Amino acid sequence: MTTQAKTLSNEEQNTMGFREGLVASVPIAIGFLPIAITFGVIAKAAELTLTQALAMSLFVFAGASQFVGVNLIVLGVPFAEIVLTTFFLNFRHFLMSSFLATKFLPMSKTMLAVVGFGITDETFSMASIKDGKLSGQFMLGLNFLAYSAWASGTALGVLLATGIPASVQASMGIALYAMFIGLLVPNMKKSFKIAIVAISAGIANTVLSQFLSIGWSIIGATLIGAIVGTLLSDSGHSSII
Amino acid sequence: MDNYYLLIAAMVFVTYLPRALPLFFLREIKLSPVTQQLLTNIPYAVLGALILPGVFYSTGNITYSLVGAAAAITLAYFQLNLLIVVLGSILSIFIWQIWF
Repeated sequence: MTTQAKTLSNEEQNTMGFREGLVASVPIAIGFLPIAITFGVIAKAAELTLTQALAMSLFVFAGASQFVGVNLIVLGVPFAEIVLTTFFLNFRHFLMSSFLATKFLPMSKTMLAVVGFGITDETFSMASIKDGKLSGQFMLGLNFLAYSAWASGTALGVLLATGIPASVQASMGIALYAMFIGLLVPNMKKSFKIAIVAISAGIANTVLSQFLSIGWSIIGATLIGAIVGTLLSDSGHSSII
Repeated sequence: MDNYYLLIAAMVFVTYLPRALPLFFLREIKLSPVTQQLLTNIPYAVLGALILPGVFYSTGNITYSLVGAAAAITLAYFQLNLLIVVLGSILSIFIWQIWF
């Protein structure tokens, strides 16, 4: 087999489509459901209608800022302030989107506009860890299931108006973190540099979150981790560590 | 609550722009090697920051969180399927609640 043919076949293997996106999204959906249900319950308690709560989940589609948003509505905070808080909280996706820009296969502007909407901490984590370039179809599948879980969970929460039992809630609260751990640990095992990058970002976030709001804290910690990683590669042979 | 949908629209605007704009602009620009290096580290840095310290508060009970995290780390260390890591972690807390 010639080198060229080999590269080609690897590329074909790595190009994942809609189906693979859906499959990759299953752990995200499991993690999103209980959180979305909780959001629905809180929205109901805040006297939002089903349509209003659903509109937030369908259009904003950003977990933390929706909770904060509803909380601020209840407190009677001016809308301008809610929007500003949302902006600060979600600005971290800028970093994630910048990375993904380098990982996407060529795709149409419409596709970019659509898949961009679905970038969350969770879909980003899942997509960014995958080997090779990502197709628009894969991203659509990934976003679709996560989005569906988020929207249906919200509706369920409003309609039930009671949370899931405390024991289930407690155990399911770990789901997304277990997913993050499941994505990270095999890579840490593989590369000492990756372990250092992740641990320094984690420590940085633990410290920074004492002083900064969570959005800025994650941005600062991510940059610190990435800079540490870059310094490590400059001092050694990047291909080895 | 009159302007609720106006609020939603504004929230969409400020949430969507940081998500989408880099996708359009960064593919036009040739990045320097240092910037590229920085970017390649971002996924792992983001994961580190998402896990710490949030994982400790994830279940509302520090012991449960530690049990779930330990289970997830163990399962992930042996490179089991991601779904097994997630379900195993949930199950570990469930069992812990019943036994202790």
